[in-house]
Amino acid sequence: MGSAASKSMEYHDSDTIGAERIQSDVNSCFHCGLPVPDKLDLAVLIDGVHQPMCCYGCQAVAEAIVAAGHENFYRVRTEVSPTASDLLPGFLRDSEIYDVPEIQNQFIRTPDGDLCEASLMLEGITCAACIWLNEQYIAGLPGVDQVRVNYATQRALVRWDNTRIRLSEILQAIQRIGYRALPYNPDQQQEMHRRQRSQQQRRLAVAGLFGMQVMMLSISLYAGAWSGMEYNFQQLFRWLNLVLTLPVLFYSATPFFMSAWRDLRQRRAGMDVPVSLALGIAFASSAVATISGQGEVYFDSVVMFVFFLSASRYFENMARQRCAATVEQLVQSMPIITTRLGTADSAEEMVPAATLAIGDQVLIRPGETVPADGEIIDGFSAFDESMLNGESIPLEKQPGDRLLGGSINVTNPLRMEVKAIGADTVMAEIQRTIERAQADKPPLARLADRVSTYFISIVLLIVVAVAMFWLMQNDGRWFEIALAVLIVSCPCALSLATPTAISATLGKMQTIGMLVKHGVALEKLNQITHVVFDKTGTLTQGKPVLRKVVCHAEFERDLCLQLAAKLEQHSEHPLAKALLRETGAVSSAGVSQVSSIAGGGMRARIENQVYLIGNVEFIASQTAAEIPESWLEQIAADTVTAVVLARDDTVMAMFTFIDDVREDAGAVVESLQRMGKSVLLMTGDNIAAARQVAELTGIEDYRAQMSPQQKMEAVRNLQAENASVLMVGDGVNDAPVLSSANVSIAMGSASALAKTSADIVLLANHLQAVPRVFDIAEYTQRVIKQNMSWALLYNFGAIPAAAMGLVAPWLAAIGMSISSLLVVLNALRLTR
Amino acid sequence: MEIIYLLIPVSLILLGLIVWIFLWAVRNGQYEDLEGPAHRILMDEDRIVDRQKNSRRGDAG
Repeated sequence: MGSAASKSMEYHDSDTIGAERIQSDVNSCFHCGLPVPDKLDLAVLIDGVHQPMCCYGCQAVAEAIVAAGHENFYRVRTEVSPTASDLLPGFLRDSEIYDVPEIQNQFIRTPDGDLCEASLMLEGITCAACIWLNEQYIAGLPGVDQVRVNYATQRALVRWDNTRIRLSEILQAIQRIGYRALPYNPDQQQEMHRRQRSQQQRRLAVAGLFGMQVMMLSISLYAGAWSGMEYNFQQLFRWLNLVLTLPVLFYSATPFFMSAWRDLRQRRAGMDVPVSLALGIAFASSAVATISGQGEVYFDSVVMFVFFLSASRYFENMARQRCAATVEQLVQSMPIITTRLGTADSAEEMVPAATLAIGDQVLIRPGETVPADGEIIDGFSAFDESMLNGESIPLEKQPGDRLLGGSINVTNPLRMEVKAIGADTVMAEIQRTIERAQADKPPLARLADRVSTYFISIVLLIVVAVAMFWLMQNDGRWFEIALAVLIVSCPCALSLATPTAISATLGKMQTIGMLVKHGVALEKLNQITHVVFDKTGTLTQGKPVLRKVVCHAEFERDLCLQLAAKLEQHSEHPLAKALLRETGAVSSAGVSQVSSIAGGGMRARIENQVYLIGNVEFIASQTAAEIPESWLEQIAADTVTAVVLARDDTVMAMFTFIDDVREDAGAVVESLQRMGKSVLLMTGDNIAAARQVAELTGIEDYRAQMSPQQKMEAVRNLQAENASVLMVGDGVNDAPVLSSANVSIAMGSASALAKTSADIVLLANHLQAVPRVFDIAEYTQRVIKQNMSWALLYNFGAIPAAAMGLVAPWLAAIGMSISSLLVVLNALRLTR
Repeated sequence: MEIIYLLIPVSLILLGLIVWIFLWAVRNGQYEDLEGPAHRILMDEDRIVDRQKNSRRGDAG
């Protein structure tokens, strides 16, 4: 141990990559970076120094890491680790469920004998050092045969000897060093992608390796043609080339032939038609020349064409798969098993999450993932919904609140009743939305597709014309020139220019919590001149807070609040929720005949008296009660929203609520104005409230007391003046307005997702995302334009050159392939 | 120049070998993670694990 310690000290001293390393300071936890509580004195000896720890969890993790001899982790990590106290002992017991054979069947493969293999999803990975630590630590466990962590997907493939170690022990060991691992079942789509990828790699490899050999012999042939070569050597080389080209043509190039055949059967001229034609003609004529012993051979052009074109297809496929991977990640975040509570005796039972039904009650412990959408019955906790909306701060939830499947319980255990499962969950909706948007081709891409179809037909005609022309000139090169035109003119780059850029962008946006429902919106965003904001829930928090309780002289404040809470606990209105946040849960004893009345209020009978609560107009219309003039003045002056409580015909109290303006609203409006957009505010609220928000955020043009109908007309009027309008709303209440705008953005809670008609949903609920969407759309548009202009420039420049006989077939093959490769690589920049 | 009749078969055998190695690598998923090894190489400076594993195996046996 002594020598090991001194060795690591030396290493420590000579270590010069300190700039990137995590700097420790005395008051923060060496492991996770959180401040150390005052009276806590925990430390772990790491590299000969006593390092402070913030909690027993971190201490245990750090000790486990040091005990296994992996202090190096602390030297090379570039991010602090997750706090270990979040990882709870309950998991140690629960992980044993993964040893049950029926459950193991879902995710374990047994290649041979006692060796088992499973994929684990690792959570808590922050940097490359975490991967290293996990790999080293797991590999060090006795009985573990092999472990490989994929850096890109953060998944581990573990193979172990079932007679020496159990899966639960491996999971617990990972837990001990502060990470969480769960087995997962790679779904079919993912497996298909993997197979596709490996097949493409194989085809590419064959094309490349055989191609090299063909090129080598071809260069000898060119040199031989220049300086003289014996006929039998020349024939030998040609025959060798012919044989070596066969695997390239019949293995690597099969996808081109197959897709061309598909196109032809549907009577379309797809872009693989000229490719296949060029390959077929070039190979056939070379083969004839070889067999007959006279004429030119083009084997070099054939192999290069196949290789470079396969390479660009491979990269394009990678871009699409990366986008699909973000969707997979969503699916994978759903747990495999969950704890179901028996309704009668509240017995706990571990069941596969897929077997849950609506109405089931489940127990969700801290650190566990919510298995389906549901509602909290009992307990308070915070939930990390970052998988769903990119929001990194956990949200506090209480009984009655909605939980989303896929979110992670952070603090306390609680009971949940299942409300939606499978395809009805928000998670599934998000997944469908992304898939739909990907399938949704923007007009530009559709245009490019149409153009390229015509283009191909024209190209085929040009090829024939060129061949005729050179033949009439009695030029022996007619075939070579026609072939060059055919190769050079493939509009692959043109067809790839837009879709690759769009799919790269969609994948990127999803990871930062922006869900694009219609890919077309990205393009339209660039023409936007006016941005119209809704007020409630958009520029403001959308979470009203009880500000004042004004009671009629003869009633007490507490009594009024209690009564109001009893009425409002049956309401879904945001103001009702705000009131209940103030009072907490109340008993509904003695409350009967509760009814919610459209137009703004609740009515119920409490202890033989009828109570009503609602807005001023509601109370005035339902009762004969007189609302004091001073209250009305107060509502107008304070620009607040108010509800009034009445018993029979007596007014008891008024509650006023305020909805704070979002902190970043001003900055967002300013940056939009700097982009040259006109910013407007349209709200259904009164003029005073609108003015206040407009002044706070710096909006000059604001319109108040507008019905959804009027908002829609206002948007139409703007559009009539050639404005292109972006509407930003909360997505649910102003659906008609959203759909009348050119582009609409819904601010959002993920739960409203299914209901909204907006083009883009901001799941993270930050207003800052609005200007960011503009930036992303502009960047995407720029890349598309670059791609399009390059593709057009290439095609229109290269064809005449080839037709004039300036381009040899092999040069044409390189030029064409490189042009589409460039387009794909350019689009891939968008994923950064 | 007759040496060419030897050299060409040799190069073809080499080609076959390389193709086989490459296909084996693809089948084994060597190309699945292209980022990880770049980081890994910086951290594997001493193989503590191998030593530990051996000693543990020794203990067990």
